[in-house]
Amino acid sequence: MPYTNLAELASAAAARGLTIGAVVREGEAAETETPEPEINARMARNLEVMREAAARGLAGIRSRSGLTGTDAKKMAEAGPGVAGELLDTAIARALAVSEVNAAMGRIVAAPTAGSAGVLPAVILTVGERVGATDEQLIEALFTAGGVGQVIAAKATLAGAEGGCQAECGSAAAMAAAAAVQLAGGTPEQCVDAAAIALKGSLGLVCDPVAGLVEVPCIKRNGLSAAAALAAADMALAGIRSVIPADEVIVAMGEVGRALPASLRETSQGGLATTPTGKRLASRFLSSAPRTTDDK
Amino acid sequence: MAGVFDIIGPVMTGPSSSHTAGAVRLGLAGRAIVGGTPTRARLGLHGSFAQTYRGHGTDLALVAGLLGMKPDDERVPVALDLAPGAGLEVAFELIDLGPEAHPNTVRMLLTARDGREVLVVGSSIGGGRIVVTRIDRFVVDFSGEYNAVILAYLDRPGVVAAVTSLIAADRVNIAAMRVSREARHSRALTIMELDQPIRPETMATLARVAGVDMALSVPPIALS
Repeated sequence: MPYTNLAELASAAAARGLTIGAVVREGEAAETETPEPEINARMARNLEVMREAAARGLAGIRSRSGLTGTDAKKMAEAGPGVAGELLDTAIARALAVSEVNAAMGRIVAAPTAGSAGVLPAVILTVGERVGATDEQLIEALFTAGGVGQVIAAKATLAGAEGGCQAECGSAAAMAAAAAVQLAGGTPEQCVDAAAIALKGSLGLVCDPVAGLVEVPCIKRNGLSAAAALAAADMALAGIRSVIPADEVIVAMGEVGRALPASLRETSQGGLATTPTGKRLASRFLSSAPRTTDDK
Repeated sequence: MAGVFDIIGPVMTGPSSSHTAGAVRLGLAGRAIVGGTPTRARLGLHGSFAQTYRGHGTDLALVAGLLGMKPDDERVPVALDLAPGAGLEVAFELIDLGPEAHPNTVRMLLTARDGREVLVVGSSIGGGRIVVTRIDRFVVDFSGEYNAVILAYLDRPGVVAAVTSLIAADRVNIAAMRVSREARHSRALTIMELDQPIRPETMATLARVAGVDMALSVPPIALS
């Protein structure tokens, strides 16, 4: 692997006049001894699944449990709010993909199923805004993947280990870097955007109500997409992250380990144990199992 | 370091890589171990699987895997409806395997087409990755990430040597190998994870090695 941290990755890309995504794609091809076009085609399929999931969710879908659903449609059909159209569109898409996930639909884990809405929302929406080609969207997905690889190596992407900061926080960092690349920013700005986005979610706990990937996960996907866009714009404005991205990632891992187990995907604390959370848990946690005899 | 498609991927049926995608793969592992769609499956759900299976569709995912579907198959949500048509009868139970067991564990009692009953215990350990920890009375450690050969035989000197030399003659490299047995000179089980797939002819020869009563070739279990 030609990189073990984001600073190296950015300088390797800058030195060769490439995007971070191009360097990541090249590294993957070398590591797996697979031709680059094949690697690219595989990422193209991920992009297609992301598009399908976003479209399916925007049409309105309810979760398997019945606890959540159709918020993406509501968001997409609402009139202009206060934040602006691009942000609203991105949030609607993030909710859409997350709702499809909760409905047992097909999604791309990016980096996880619980945080699958953030990256598609950001790249599809920013891609539309800048008129990006599919080739550029695919390259942006490789950039996001590279950021995720470094987070996985230096910290964690699992909510059970690091809380929601490891899932939605990482997704926001990945998406922010991808957005900066799509907007024509430098590799260094991509990495700064990732750092800024991740800093914004440090400490975010994983406290799913009734153990379901629904409340608060779906809305946290929407909020993380918004954070990614904000971080991208700060980086594109030339704002630097005072704490370098690689140090932010290590801090995220440390914060994750410091979180009590009750706030790491066990549904033993936070929103999961509020009076409403407990009431919903008693309604949705399993009782008698389903069998083929039920039919 | 994780590959880029471990980060952007897999493509999967939601909502959870551990409770849904991993559960499909556990079902696929069970199917591979009995050598096809079983006729009966008694599925015991332990820990977080038992608590949250309904919302995560863990039960549907396990059945989908037993039917041979991959984690990205859009029929996963209707797997239970499709089971009777595929000749698979399913029953679930909520079980407690104790505090030592991984929270996402399933105990599968599977009946093969030929009437053989096989017990398979496995856990979903995150990101869709799995580990099979028990086959019948044997403690195993099987990830499904490689081509594998599973052999059960009477434990006596020379069986392992005969088997490995047959595999070496096929120019197949053994990445990992674990031998477990019920007791000395009793039945033993060996799982070999291989860098290359094994040829059907070699498998047939392995099945004829004296003392071998079960020889299975298991391809890598799809992540998506």
